[in-house]
Amino acid sequence: MVSDVLKIGEKELNNRLFLGTGKFSANKYIPEVVRASGVQVVTVALRRVDPEYEEENIAAFVPRDCILMPNTSGARNAQEAVRIARLARAAGCGNWIKIEVIADNRYLLPDNEETVKATEILAGEDFVVLPYMSPDLAAAKKLVAAGAAAVMPLGAPIGSNRGLKTKELVRILINEISLPVIVDAGIGRPSEAAEAMEMGAAAVLVNTAIATAGEPVAMARAFSLAVEAGRLAYLAEPGEAVEYARASSPLTGFLRD
Amino acid sequence: MKVILNGKEEQVEAGTTVAGLVKLKGFNPDTVIVEFNNELVNQENWDVTVLKSGDRMEVLRFVGGG
Amino acid sequence: MSFYEVYEQFRGFDMESFFKRVTGAQVKKIITKNRLTEFDYLALLSPAAEKHLEEMAQRARRLTVQHFGRVMMLFTPLYLSNYCVNQCVYCGFQAKNRLERKKLTPDEVEKEARMIAATGLKHLLILTGESRRESSVAYIRACVEILKKYFTSINIEIYPLEEEEYAELIAAGVDGLTIYQEAYDEEIYDQLHPAGPKRNYRFRLETPERACRAGMRAVNVGALLGLHDWRSEAFFTGLHANYLQDTFPEVEVSISPPRIRPHLGGFQPKVKVSDKNLVQYMLAFRLYMPRGGITVSTREPVWLRDRLVKLGATRMSAGSCTAVGGRSVNEHDDGQFEISDERSVAEMARMLYRQGCQPVYKDWQMI
Repeated sequence: MVSDVLKIGEKELNNRLFLGTGKFSANKYIPEVVRASGVQVVTVALRRVDPEYEEENIAAFVPRDCILMPNTSGARNAQEAVRIARLARAAGCGNWIKIEVIADNRYLLPDNEETVKATEILAGEDFVVLPYMSPDLAAAKKLVAAGAAAVMPLGAPIGSNRGLKTKELVRILINEISLPVIVDAGIGRPSEAAEAMEMGAAAVLVNTAIATAGEPVAMARAFSLAVEAGRLAYLAEPGEAVEYARASSPLTGFLRD
Repeated sequence: MKVILNGKEEQVEAGTTVAGLVKLKGFNPDTVIVEFNNELVNQENWDVTVLKSGDRMEVLRFVGGG
Repeated sequence: MSFYEVYEQFRGFDMESFFKRVTGAQVKKIITKNRLTEFDYLALLSPAAEKHLEEMAQRARRLTVQHFGRVMMLFTPLYLSNYCVNQCVYCGFQAKNRLERKKLTPDEVEKEARMIAATGLKHLLILTGESRRESSVAYIRACVEILKKYFTSINIEIYPLEEEEYAELIAAGVDGLTIYQEAYDEEIYDQLHPAGPKRNYRFRLETPERACRAGMRAVNVGALLGLHDWRSEAFFTGLHANYLQDTFPEVEVSISPPRIRPHLGGFQPKVKVSDKNLVQYMLAFRLYMPRGGITVSTREPVWLRDRLVKLGATRMSAGSCTAVGGRSVNEHDDGQFEISDERSVAEMARMLYRQGCQPVYKDWQMI
């Protein structure tokens, strides 16, 4: 069996489903979800503490052998993202960072330009940078040049569960970008995760669809199986849909040997 | 004297340390991260970091996120 | 990393063995793919693919119409000077050949320009031999200053320059570069160029990259078919075009597949390149780079050029003349090679319309 590990930074991953930990009805589901799906990369966020509420430390719910990937959610520009990243690392989170720079509260669409700036600064400080972005080839190329370890284009707006609305643009990134392309945001169903993987995505990141499902643990397992199915299908090289030539006069009949 | 904690003004007594303020506010010292004037302060240094007027403190923790 | 490093990766590749392993089933599958790898391209250049030319042609035709429309861009060459210090064994202008050496004066440039402009063409290709003394960058630039009054797009096919020199010509109004590696095989290249600056294989190979870095808008590359195994040369041309497109996404990349024509000096092509071979090359390239341009010159005869219109060509020359100032001044002089298709611009236009194709005289203007 040929090995199909996903290499990011110095880590080798066997599971191509990444898990977001927001929106769960209770943090106690998280370790069960991780166990059921086998995910190895888990995102968390950094927030101000409100002393009125007794809050649990989310990191305590994430199994030790997972890679914790803090995101810079809340950052509205590159400087804020950089600050959050440095804090997260200093707090003992490892050096993986998901850059999320959003200055749009209606759709939560990322700001590609600020994301590129943040990537450049943080990659220069030895972070393993996974930037969340709007699928745009020119921006993706800049992220590669800036030192990103992967690119994470959105499938649809965060939380929308609308699936791979950006399919054609993501396909272009998969074709043209040499880094792993990880579809992040908007995936609502396991079939959509499979779709992304069949196209050649390196991995998918799912949060809302699992966290808000009636049975998060079962849904996590479904997603994990779907990601695996999609990946196997991609590796098995499905035949392309054949274009049947319309009846038309031959173009090369005039050639003789 | 006045300091800024998580974006809000707070009145504290002179000589209060970071550790003191954390305890006063009821934060759980095991789960929070403290940024003091834009720099992270490790828990072992909270006792020896004394607040001055106008200092800014952010008390943060990891939460669920996508 | 320059293209030379890409070339080195494939230099020792055993194409013979690869070709033996290509099956008809694989070829059929490749023809339906949306994005071909370089090995898919090579498979389409293989002998096994010859039985599938019609399928390749149908797909290539659809791709050409989709990406370029039912149009053909027309242009013409203007030879400014045939002074040359190189001794390329296959070229009519090489230093050892006895012919009248000439270069156009500003007045003659103006006269040629007026005659060409009267045909309606707006895209011009200017050529010189390699002589920094006779056709210096300053001379070429002075010609460009005159020509840009008449033409909205000027493409240069001259000797390799340094990046700053390209920048200078671009500032003067040049927007396209044509440069043929002649032979991508480094050993063969060495044998074909016994003397002169053109002996420097790598400098020539990296020319399009220097031009692109200087801001050139379009580049056209290619090998001179007949000098070496055409499948190999076609493969490396495709690799080169693909590399340029990847490295300089903002540049318009195209290729030319010129076949050696009779010329002064009597060099005989080592390799026969049949019409079928030429068509296979064009079709394979179209499938490999759907947006890559293909330029077909008047080296090819009338009846073949007419059929190439529907086989992937996107630019064609018309009203051509390969002698210096051959339209206005030196009508009987030796040209660089013998022209096969002597049709005027108007005749070419009529032929194109008959095939449901619109001739385009002006595609672009720098403002």
